[in-house]
Amino acid sequence: MSANNLPIEKHELVIVGGGPAGLAAAASARESGVRDILIIERDSQPGGILNQCIHNGFGLHTFGEELTGPEYAARYIRRVQEENIPCRLGTIVTDISRDRRITCISREGVSLIDAGAVILAMGCRERPRGALSIPGYRPAGIYTAGTAQRLMNIEGKKIGKEVVILGSGDIGLIMARRMTLEGAHVSAVAELMSYSGGLKRNIVQCLQDYGIPLLLSHTVTNIHGRDHIEGVTIQEVDEHRSPIPGTEKYYPCDTLLLSCGLLPENELSRAAGITMNRVTGGPDVDESLSTDIPGVFACGNVLHVHDLVDYVSEEAARAGRSAARFLSSGQDLEKDTAAVVLKAEGGVRYTVPQYIHPSGMDDKLTVRFRVDNNYRDRYVSVYFGSERISRQKKRVLAPGEMEQVVLTKEKLLSYPDTKEITIKLED
Amino acid sequence: MNKKKSIMDAVIIGAGVTGCSIARSLSRYDLDILVLEKEEDVCSGTSKANSAIIHAGFDAETGTLKAKLNVKGAKMLPRLSRELDFPYKQNGSMVLCFRREDEPGLKALYERGIANGVEGLTLMSGDEARKLEPALSKEVTMAMLASTAGIVCPFQMTAAFAENAAANGARFRFLTEVIRIEKADHSLYKVTFRDASGNEEEVDTRTVVNAAGLYSDVCHNMVSEDKLEVIPRRGEYLILDKTAGSLVSHTIFQLPSALGKGVLVTPTVHGNLLIGPNAEDVGSAEETNITAKGLAEIRSTALLSVPSVPYGQTITGFAGLRAHTKRGDFILGEPADAKGFFDAAGVESPGLSASPALGDYLARRIVNYLRKSGLSKAVHKDRKEIVTRRRGFIHAGELPADKRDALIRKDPDFGVIICRCENISAGEIKDAIRRTPGAVSMDGIKRRVRQGMGRCQAGFCTPAAMAILARELGIPEEEVCKNRPGSELLMKEE
Repeated sequence: MSANNLPIEKHELVIVGGGPAGLAAAASARESGVRDILIIERDSQPGGILNQCIHNGFGLHTFGEELTGPEYAARYIRRVQEENIPCRLGTIVTDISRDRRITCISREGVSLIDAGAVILAMGCRERPRGALSIPGYRPAGIYTAGTAQRLMNIEGKKIGKEVVILGSGDIGLIMARRMTLEGAHVSAVAELMSYSGGLKRNIVQCLQDYGIPLLLSHTVTNIHGRDHIEGVTIQEVDEHRSPIPGTEKYYPCDTLLLSCGLLPENELSRAAGITMNRVTGGPDVDESLSTDIPGVFACGNVLHVHDLVDYVSEEAARAGRSAARFLSSGQDLEKDTAAVVLKAEGGVRYTVPQYIHPSGMDDKLTVRFRVDNNYRDRYVSVYFGSERISRQKKRVLAPGEMEQVVLTKEKLLSYPDTKEITIKLED
Repeated sequence: MNKKKSIMDAVIIGAGVTGCSIARSLSRYDLDILVLEKEEDVCSGTSKANSAIIHAGFDAETGTLKAKLNVKGAKMLPRLSRELDFPYKQNGSMVLCFRREDEPGLKALYERGIANGVEGLTLMSGDEARKLEPALSKEVTMAMLASTAGIVCPFQMTAAFAENAAANGARFRFLTEVIRIEKADHSLYKVTFRDASGNEEEVDTRTVVNAAGLYSDVCHNMVSEDKLEVIPRRGEYLILDKTAGSLVSHTIFQLPSALGKGVLVTPTVHGNLLIGPNAEDVGSAEETNITAKGLAEIRSTALLSVPSVPYGQTITGFAGLRAHTKRGDFILGEPADAKGFFDAAGVESPGLSASPALGDYLARRIVNYLRKSGLSKAVHKDRKEIVTRRRGFIHAGELPADKRDALIRKDPDFGVIICRCENISAGEIKDAIRRTPGAVSMDGIKRRVRQGMGRCQAGFCTPAAMAILARELGIPEEEVCKNRPGSELLMKEE
């Protein structure tokens, strides 16, 4: 019993979130021998945001075929069900303590769970309109792209006929096509930056194929309509992202969708006292995807925002294996060596993981990163200390596409004095 | 009671904090009270978009209604917030001075505060101020601390007044816009209004109370030749995430200028950080848009007080309009040519702070009028009959785990979290809708229980909250509005 007279359950591994990351982590933890796993999911069904992504394009890397979001989710849901891994639905975690006590809430009441290990897989959320401080009114008819996607694809609702989209994140691009297919007219996608944050294939398949203009270096500078949105003013911006006077253009619309970035949803991680990374918005992790609280791991979009779900699944599987290893050893065996710090420089915005214990590495370690601009014909170089140990030519690098380098344990162990690994772009 | 239902003792126009407070004070007497509000809910105009603070009362000129009612209202707040169970915190305020040559101005403000009857005023050096508030600018040379100032939830305060008035018999009708006020005979007014379906309706009443806020000039001018003009004065604000909410603990003002009290930096009673307002006279009472210029102005001005405001954590911006008049003071009471018509007009800052005292002040005058003119006995109800307490909105997330567990076991909807950012359940949303008067729009829910008020600004919870509202009101989701009709969130099926 706890201090406030509530019973305490015990589970070996608790996974917070039953989306693609949580499901893949559960399946892999079971494969690695963890018997007592509990997935906690706030929605009424597992699968997370994939359930509303009814377009195809998921799973090329994992399954070698193009699946829709629900189909991709279904494969992992089936695995989890076949393994009899319980998924507690309609349940939301409200607190995780440093000693891995989890408080959660459902229609049944408040439950307290002591977990041997925890995997954070809460996903991410969209940057809202308010955070953008767009001048104008606050009428109905403004949605983040994901909310609009849910209303259309899950709830079967119609939201508008004349659409402007601000931001060219992937969900915005997908929704441009989706709304067009539903009979709406999408007059423009305005993007503040000089490049899109979305995948190239989405720009081609969702905008270009439908003749929807992508206005780079443009933003919405006024919202018109007091009760319901009636239109927006779009303006070109200069290199400091300031609107250029005289470039105002009025676009009538009944719907404004926002796709201006995704933010890892880390309220629980922050409240638990986990050290966070300013660039990714997720926890700092090591090669095992362990946060700085022993036994608490993170994977998927709560760790850093991914472009492809396939990478989420792969990363989550690693978190599942790591949690299994932690549970079987009872401690972080790999932490017996000092950590090597990974540094992102010269056009590389961040890396995941942020540090590595060489002794704890698998034979190969995939380090993922994103770049800060569009680049052509650059080398991605890896330095151990001041010595460049590899470089790889890339024809195109874009902020919307996640990149990776693979480090080998063998190589790293042959440089035992390495304290820093730097990943950077070079001419 | 076998009264003629068609004659009201008081028709109050406007269900902002002023109208609701007057309704609450009047409802303690045996009177038939009807509140007409042109929007769909209480607290939909000036009351919903302001600094959400209870001024100590040193700003207004000594002897004015603003000064008297502010000081009195601020003194009523601690007890009132307990009885009516709405969030209020006496966090104290500070007025900053950045230049030696302005210090006499601050001292004059201090003297005025003393003259106004404000307790708990202290002048201090810049260093002493920074000891209390480490985030203050190094430029601060002198400050005045006002320990009786506070922060409040204006939405819940207005809802509390309205619910308490309703509990004591006052009736509310929404989406009713008054279009004519005429003298029916020497003792009665005929108030004509357009109802929710666009039909004209009339009501006879012994008194009319004009608490129409930004439209108080329109209502006043319907009955009086002494014409009034309200100049909507816009103020823009930014709300920052709760992660920034503890940057300061006091409400931080700058020494007032001719245009207003300057830009403040304050924690809100819910733990966010609030920056604003500027002051700009605008042409219409509907211009609640924010502007790039206005936001830039408040951002840079606030930095003078607190240089480390983390604007990256902004979650939303909003603009409110104050009902400014050239007369300067609140306009309370009967115009010389309209007996029985009571203005509560020109209620700009410190209207929120003054509202509890203002309600009592006008209610007494209205009751005296009714008694003296023999129109009504306006009997003060037997004390026991008056409902003096109200249960505030449940916030399950603030309960200890075992109490929350017990609540969920009683009503499982409290275990269904709809708004993750603010930790608001379906049970709380139901509670907001089932009040009298209750929420009928998305904004109405948001203001009462904070669903959608958090950092994601209703991204995740909109579909679920919309479904609950539709179910509770018995309407299709396509008819659910953000606020007034015309703000439907979804398209109707063709």
